[in-house]
Amino acid sequence: MGTDVIKSKQIVEEILENFPDKAKKDRKRHYEVMEEDYKADCSKCAIKSNIKSRPGVMTVRGCAYAGSKGVVWGPIKDMIHISHGPIGCGQYSWGTRRNYANGMLGINNFTAMQISSDFQETDIVFGGDKKLEVICREIKEMFPLAKGITIQSECPVGLIGDDIEAVAKKMSKELDIPIVPVRCEGFRGVSQSLGHHIANDAIRDFLMGRAELKECGPYDVNIIGDYNIGGDAWASRILLEEMGLRVIAQWSGDGTINEIMTAHKAKLNLIHCFRSMNYMCEVMENQYGIPSMEYNFFGPTKTIESLRAIAAHFDQTIQDNCEKVIAKYKGEMDAVIAKYRPRLEGKKVMLLVGGLRARHTIGAYEDLGMEIVATGYEFAHKDDYLKTIPELKQATILMDDPGAFELEELAQRLDIDLMGAGVKEKYVYHKMGIPFRQMHSWDYSGPYHGFDGFKIFARDMDMAISSPVWKLLKAPKQQEVMA
Amino acid sequence: MRQIAFYGKGGIGKSTTSQNTLAQLAKKFNQKIMIVGCDPKADSTRLILNTKAQQTVLHLAAERGSVEDLELADVIQQGFGEIQCVECGGPEPGVGCAGRGIITAINFLEEEGAYEGLDFVSYDVLGDVVCGGFAMPIREKKAEEIYIVCSGEMMAMYAANNIARGILKYANSGGVRLGGLICNSRNTDREDELITELARRLNTQMIHFVPRDNVVQHAELRRMTVTQYNEDHPQAAEYEKLAGKILDNDMLTIPTPISMEELEDLLMEFGVIEEEDAAVNK
Repeated sequence: MGTDVIKSKQIVEEILENFPDKAKKDRKRHYEVMEEDYKADCSKCAIKSNIKSRPGVMTVRGCAYAGSKGVVWGPIKDMIHISHGPIGCGQYSWGTRRNYANGMLGINNFTAMQISSDFQETDIVFGGDKKLEVICREIKEMFPLAKGITIQSECPVGLIGDDIEAVAKKMSKELDIPIVPVRCEGFRGVSQSLGHHIANDAIRDFLMGRAELKECGPYDVNIIGDYNIGGDAWASRILLEEMGLRVIAQWSGDGTINEIMTAHKAKLNLIHCFRSMNYMCEVMENQYGIPSMEYNFFGPTKTIESLRAIAAHFDQTIQDNCEKVIAKYKGEMDAVIAKYRPRLEGKKVMLLVGGLRARHTIGAYEDLGMEIVATGYEFAHKDDYLKTIPELKQATILMDDPGAFELEELAQRLDIDLMGAGVKEKYVYHKMGIPFRQMHSWDYSGPYHGFDGFKIFARDMDMAISSPVWKLLKAPKQQEVMA
Repeated sequence: MRQIAFYGKGGIGKSTTSQNTLAQLAKKFNQKIMIVGCDPKADSTRLILNTKAQQTVLHLAAERGSVEDLELADVIQQGFGEIQCVECGGPEPGVGCAGRGIITAINFLEEEGAYEGLDFVSYDVLGDVVCGGFAMPIREKKAEEIYIVCSGEMMAMYAANNIARGILKYANSGGVRLGGLICNSRNTDREDELITELARRLNTQMIHFVPRDNVVQHAELRRMTVTQYNEDHPQAAEYEKLAGKILDNDMLTIPTPISMEELEDLLMEFGVIEEEDAAVNK
């Protein structure tokens, strides 16, 4: 065991020392420090994940409703998604994921809207089913071009036992559009992860395979699990199309109900956010024999690797095209690296992101010469951690569902140069004088996927770290010295 | 003001017993009383009001938009013995949340000052405490005295024991106490002895043994209490006795619920069930 490994272990140990015995014992199981032999045998990694957060640690996790409405269903642009329940969940999930979509608002794109059944006390007491019917009719009347409706359950709906399935069935018949009930009550499961699964199951049960493609081609693929944050899916799609592939469905960023219903005609499923949509890939593999592969479009190294791996599923034409695409962008990417790498070389990064980017973005940082000293997920499962290990260097700290205290302590003890997490963390780190980027929503920027995205990614990271503002921040003690 | 509540197994005669007793408490002992019906079926006040069913708080609230749109006068009706009557109401069976309805309605009554100038508020609650909403009347600053209506039948005693368990929970956090068991006779074997013994084990009293008499049904068919229907009937005198005992009741205790085994042993002791039956039940 190297001295660096011992040091990392010591840091974790020291932080956990602050907890009471029981909490310490529990939290300890959610940490691993990378040792070289882990790569040879991932099963040595015993990190615990996808279990209930410890009360009091201030977890950054979300809920099942967030997973379904916010992540999986929300971006489907030509459907209207009803936040069914009291107004708060709807209000605070309004437009927060920045999933861009083309189209005219209110005509064929409803993503910027927020529809809620705004439960009142009487709806709880007498049930909300009648109100839900009225809302469905109103939606059809106000937005006749909406192609479908989803009902995203908030907690109270599950508590009072409303029969949203019956309403969906009845109104679907009456209004002649698909209406999908989603049982994503926030109290279900330990994080938003179960919400993704529930949302996937609803796709399977209500939409999958319900429409046919006019013409199918040999190069038809689906982009699965790209939510088009800041235009990510567009930056990815362009590369696939330049390679000669035809993207028949985008799930679900800038996606349509028709793309959801025809995706079963593809030859290959390309999955980006594995954690939130692998369930549907599995379903399509079992029912339609469509293979799937996980790819990574963060940073040129991983993008090029992924492009080649995708091309390998197809014939020589595609493989040749793939090389042409790589050659076309290589120079541009080298220039980006040449520009930013000298300014970012050796900078230490800590990440805490959802269920995928904590491993997927590592390559992009490394392309810029940056070093990941700690990384972890909010809601990942065991398989995600096993896939993460090969990406990590020795002594890197791997963490699951850490709370605010643990993160802040790690940031200070590891003396990081950049923190990448969500908006809940952002301002705390700014106040600590640590550069921060939101790695859920790209901090009002993006795209970060593909070659186009990397240019912006590199610029943003440099902007965060090299901003002169950090030099103006001084602790009171330092200010005295200056005076 | 004293706040009391009647609990007991469904169909045991809670509403009938409570209305008959409260009618006498108002008439013979000159007490100012309000009955708050906490059952979505809304049948806790019909014998006092001589009507089919009263307009409920929640029904009116649903009609007008919310409880904030209601006035007290809209939901309180005065009946026999100048008893004030309110029904919480609730959803039809199978939808919504009746428990939340009771919470909403009781909060409304309290906020509007419905209890001012009263001697007694009586809550008549659905058979079983199925969720937090139905426990609302026994939480802090609500009913302080609980009367459990039961009979010598096993399931009625089983329910009484369960209710005692609920009271015990809230007795520690709030101030609720058990006032006694009211035995509404079903003419089962050694009924009074059995309930007296059950009461002793639950650390309470059998406050009264109400004998079975058809006049109760006759009065009920006419939507009346016995005292209104036939004031001189001996059954009216029984309810008067019970009313007097409740008025003077100073035995308010924290119950000591018993285990299922103990309850079965008790029934065996009194020869209500044979030993083999008990074995089968296990």
